[in-house]
Amino acid sequence: MSMDTKSPLVTSTETSPPMRGAPVVLENLTRRFGTTKALDGLTLKIEPGEFVALLGPSGCGKTTALRVLAGFERPDVGRVTVDGKDVVHIPAQKRDMGMVFQSYSLFPNMSARDNVAFGLQLRHQRSGPRRARADELLGLVGLAEHTTKYPHQLSGGQQQRVALARALAIEPRVLLLDEPLSALDAKVRAELRDQIRALQQRLMITTVFVTHDQEEALSMADRVCVMSGGRAEQIATPAELYSRPSTEFVAQFVGISSRVAVERSGDTVGLFGREVKIRGDVPQGTESLDALLRPEDVDVVVAPTGLGIVTHKSFLGATTRLEVGIGGASVKADILSSGADVFELGTRVDLVANARDVLVTASRLAT
Amino acid sequence: MASLELGYVMEHDVNMEDRPELQPAQSWFRRVHWGRGIVLWVAAAYFIIPFYAAMQFSLANDNGQFSLHPLTEIGAQPGFFSALWLSTELAFVTMVIVIVLMVPTMIYVHLRIPRFRRVMEVITILPIVIPPIVLIVGVDGVTPFWLKSSQWLLALIYVVLAMPYVYRSLDAGLGALDLKTLVEAARSLGSGWVSIIVRVLVPNLRSALMSASVLTLALVFGEFTIANLDGWQTIPVWIYDAPTIDPRINTLVAMLALFGTAVVLMIIVAFDRKSHSRRS
Repeated sequence: MSMDTKSPLVTSTETSPPMRGAPVVLENLTRRFGTTKALDGLTLKIEPGEFVALLGPSGCGKTTALRVLAGFERPDVGRVTVDGKDVVHIPAQKRDMGMVFQSYSLFPNMSARDNVAFGLQLRHQRSGPRRARADELLGLVGLAEHTTKYPHQLSGGQQQRVALARALAIEPRVLLLDEPLSALDAKVRAELRDQIRALQQRLMITTVFVTHDQEEALSMADRVCVMSGGRAEQIATPAELYSRPSTEFVAQFVGISSRVAVERSGDTVGLFGREVKIRGDVPQGTESLDALLRPEDVDVVVAPTGLGIVTHKSFLGATTRLEVGIGGASVKADILSSGADVFELGTRVDLVANARDVLVTASRLAT
Repeated sequence: MASLELGYVMEHDVNMEDRPELQPAQSWFRRVHWGRGIVLWVAAAYFIIPFYAAMQFSLANDNGQFSLHPLTEIGAQPGFFSALWLSTELAFVTMVIVIVLMVPTMIYVHLRIPRFRRVMEVITILPIVIPPIVLIVGVDGVTPFWLKSSQWLLALIYVVLAMPYVYRSLDAGLGALDLKTLVEAARSLGSGWVSIIVRVLVPNLRSALMSASVLTLALVFGEFTIANLDGWQTIPVWIYDAPTIDPRINTLVAMLALFGTAVVLMIIVAFDRKSHSRRS
């Protein structure tokens, strides 16, 4: 059977024993590098077999958190427990955590099979079973025909799949993925993304995935931890994160938000002539607020006397994104591409809020 | 310059219609190309002429004909084999000590204190800057008496002398690796430091280690001043001061040492190219 022509994850199910994930708790982690606080009291509980993505911009502390969990960094303050046991003082090589790195981390002097078997060799597994297990895992990631190839003979995507097989070979309690897809081209990235997720779901291995790509995080993870300034801004399911961001940062970072000045009246705000309920907590002490809108929260209609003007138009395939300048704000709105012809640059339009509720924040003008 | 352009003019005359006119930039490039050839020939002559002269002196018989007969006489010279054995021992011990010392140190510096590389560079250049006579006088002043009469003192001094070359070879080799990722990948799989160095890093530093070893070998087989001052008859000292030796044999041994080192270096370069092309 050619593993490359058929989904590799459909095969080997019977031969590969299911792995068991361990619960992981990061508790009040703080880590400084000089004057920079990379982690500032990060707390995160991960259920056994759960896939959690750490999402955030560069410098938010997501990689540091992963490295603390892996044992490559030690926190200044805080605890890391795996399966109920504090592992902070356990060195990385004794933590039983498989890790896939952003850069290709295969050992150049070893074939794909030897790379995968490396961890088993360290565990004194005999040559025959070791080789069989390495071949099985390479089959699992669709590289059954490439076992004898060296890293330089494999493409970037293939190398990352070998790295994944190598990390899984030691049957780790936790699988750590440090932006493993960021060096790959878009097509390979999408394929490998699906493969990693399918493999994780089948093996039920606790997985922590670091990424700055919100699409990757939302499409792969059971829960996403959005990080900023070394802290968890929000930990939620992808759907909840997108539809119910708890902070302005999350709203801005996950999905694309537009900011529009609104006036509050009770627990509603006036938005393009409509009263829309405020989502979550209402900022106290001011009537002037900004509403944070997703592109799909707004409808656009052509109106010769409308207050908005189309300033930008981007074709995105099934939808087209318009940017409308209105009242000093720039509002992004997605419309179906089939009806996008009537919107030319400079077309006068009106905006209609279609969201049931809206996230608001203190007005920038007020601050 | 006129003669250089003459070739072009004659060719140009023959193929006037076929050839595009030579542009100034092309003309300049052609001159540079020729210039490079001249430099290479001068450099080659600089090495070949003395080598040829030495070979003629040592291999030519009284009638001026070349003969390999002097080669057979080398082994019969008094002290040759003991000097060769001493140099070989010293080379081997020096190589082992300097590599065992430098590999973990360099890995540590690259991984943990990369800013210290500048300091290392300066420190390792000192043995080249400090004259050997100063070095041996200084070393003699601090060496414990039991070590003074030992040939291993010479090996320890050679370790210091070899450091600049070993440092640079290893620095280049480690710089070509994604060291941090390889080490962390191995650690995450359960590997301890010894295993990381032996199974992961050393195989990937093979070219660098071979270069370092050959340079150390060349250094030990060529070093005269310190061995002579310390009273040990290594090959260079034997070549210089064995009184009963036919001077042609001295020259022949020196040529053979040079030739042997050159051959080993060429093997290293060929090996390095092969492994480089395999990886890329």
